[in-house]
Amino acid sequence: MTDTLPPDEDLRTAIVAEGVNVYYGEKQALFDVDLDIKQNQVTALIGPSGCGKSTFLRCINRMNDVIDGCRVEGRIALDGDDIYDRSVDVVQLRARIGMVFQKPNPFPKSIFDNVSYGPRIHGIAERKADLEEIVHDSLVRAGLWNEVADRLNEPGTGLSGGQQQRLCIARAIAVRPDVILMDEPCSALDPIATARIEELIDDLRENYTIVIVTHSMQQAARVSQRTAFFHLGNLVEFGPTDQIFTSPRDKRTESYITGRIG
Amino acid sequence: MSGQPESRGRMSRSDTMETVRKGLRSRYAAERRFIWYGRGAIAIALGFLVLLVGSILIKGASVVTQTHVKLTVELPLEAFSKNGEVTADSIGAANFVGLVKTSLRDLFPDVSGRRDKRALDSLISSGAPYELRDHVLANPELVGQSIDIWLSASDDIDMLDKGYIDRDVDSTGRRVTDKQIAWYDQLIAEGRLERQFNTTFFTSGDSREPEQAGIWGAALGSFYTLLVTLLLAFPLGVTTAVYLEEFAPKNKWTDLIEVNINNLAAVPSIIFGLLGLAVFLNIIGLPRSAPLAGGVVLALMTLPTIIIAGRAALKAVPPSIREAALGVGASRLQTVTHHVLPLAMPGMLTGSIIGMAQALGETAPLLMIGMVAFIVDLPGGPLDPATVLPVQVYIWADSPERAFVERTSAGIIVLLLFLVVMNLSAVMLRKRFERRW
Repeated sequence: MTDTLPPDEDLRTAIVAEGVNVYYGEKQALFDVDLDIKQNQVTALIGPSGCGKSTFLRCINRMNDVIDGCRVEGRIALDGDDIYDRSVDVVQLRARIGMVFQKPNPFPKSIFDNVSYGPRIHGIAERKADLEEIVHDSLVRAGLWNEVADRLNEPGTGLSGGQQQRLCIARAIAVRPDVILMDEPCSALDPIATARIEELIDDLRENYTIVIVTHSMQQAARVSQRTAFFHLGNLVEFGPTDQIFTSPRDKRTESYITGRIG
Repeated sequence: MSGQPESRGRMSRSDTMETVRKGLRSRYAAERRFIWYGRGAIAIALGFLVLLVGSILIKGASVVTQTHVKLTVELPLEAFSKNGEVTADSIGAANFVGLVKTSLRDLFPDVSGRRDKRALDSLISSGAPYELRDHVLANPELVGQSIDIWLSASDDIDMLDKGYIDRDVDSTGRRVTDKQIAWYDQLIAEGRLERQFNTTFFTSGDSREPEQAGIWGAALGSFYTLLVTLLLAFPLGVTTAVYLEEFAPKNKWTDLIEVNINNLAAVPSIIFGLLGLAVFLNIIGLPRSAPLAGGVVLALMTLPTIIIAGRAALKAVPPSIREAALGVGASRLQTVTHHVLPLAMPGMLTGSIIGMAQALGETAPLLMIGMVAFIVDLPGGPLDPATVLPVQVYIWADSPERAFVERTSAGIIVLLLFLVVMNLSAVMLRKRFERRW
């Protein structure tokens, strides 16, 4: 996918991370991470297992809050406002930042109820007609509409793995977030389903900012415009995807990409 | 294989297979033994079950019928009128005992002497005059006529008819004399004695006379008591489990609470009865012997069971559901009530049914609050004095009359049926929750 990107300076910055340190109890998982995510781009976080990429991702929508003993220091700003500020309502934050998980986890409800749940609880839409419109729109954008249009009342858990993941994506975009976080969304799927989701990510880029954690370098090279390489809790290198994969500046990056580590 | 050096500790492939094959026999034998132990255990358990249920059924099944005697009763007008007119009051005030006795004497005109006459009268239940009164009050137009009416026989005649009294035993060793047996035979010959459906047992409360004693009072009492228990313990237990599991901070105070709840589940149940007496009856002033008081005491006793089962059910819900809900922006309460609780409901219901079944069979905690008592009237609601099924069974088991043996077993059957109905409804409720994906 070689499309001409606008120069980075012209793009707005959606998320800025400054000096982020994360501790699980006594153990430190992330060391002084500085990162900025540009709007309407796909940023990939890569690195070997246990390097802290998922931890960093979960800091962005404060999902680490539910883990006992997890402490986050530093500043993460969404559109300029620090999300760890006391005045920030975490429920509202998660309406602006959606998340898709590694193993598809649709609610044990109907497909319609899955997608309409978010808009309903946030009060975005209450009337049946409005909800139906949102569900239709989200499923179309997630590329799932044609397959489920005639069975919206069937359980979401009855779909195939790839369909379930697209349902989870539809559920996330139904609340019209600014950012979508994806934590290894294709690792539980077969290659064909994976390819469909990668296509979807490229389409979604137009309207959403996407941060994706992936353990597959090929996937990072295919879908992302910028890539960050993490190693043992440190952000080692961060830059345009082409540059990371063709001419990495750090030795550790080069070792990982060539397969010598991780 | 010949020619190949045996290196220490290393076996050739065919040697390995040979060793495995030899070991297989004892491995399979152990497995077979275990399976037979299991089957044996089930057979023994089933055997005891059949023995227990069978003996109860055999002893109690005959309660379904009750011996009745057909008497021809004269209802002379003057016996029912007061100041010349017949009113409901005047009917109710008539001497029904005398009327019944008269009809008996008419059937056996040869009987004379006070002792024999008393023996004759004791063929009929002491409740028969009341049955006659109810009949005449319901049909006042019968006044002035002579009617044939089936009235309850006494419990001794009932036991004789059902074969529980042995005729061959010496006369001093049985409850019915030879003369009474002769009268009994004559009544049968005249077609005036038969067993009819025992509505009394299924519709009345307790009584000192076995033929008038019924299980319905205790059944209603159990029903109201368990209703109060359920309405109190289930909502409280579920919300407590949710709070403790999902919202309460994890520190040493909440640990202390958890330890205390676990301990409460093991406290002897009579302690709850003492609490009920001291606090609910004396301080708060709940009505004594009422299902309301009993229900509150039993609810306290059942709460720890429901809370512990509820917390286990909540812990078992996979965290992926919670993450999905939180990720979409649900608040903690919404995550719990919309997603976690419905998935945990089957486990919670199981715990609740176990708790309720325990509560159904409890007698000790009800002792102190007055429900272990001789209560005759049917309770109209949770505030009227009542007794419960296990207490009724205990009281009857203690009574000397032969007919109470039959009723004790019947009471146990009713108690077991109650339990089966409760468990079936729980199973149905669970299925309904589980079916929803």
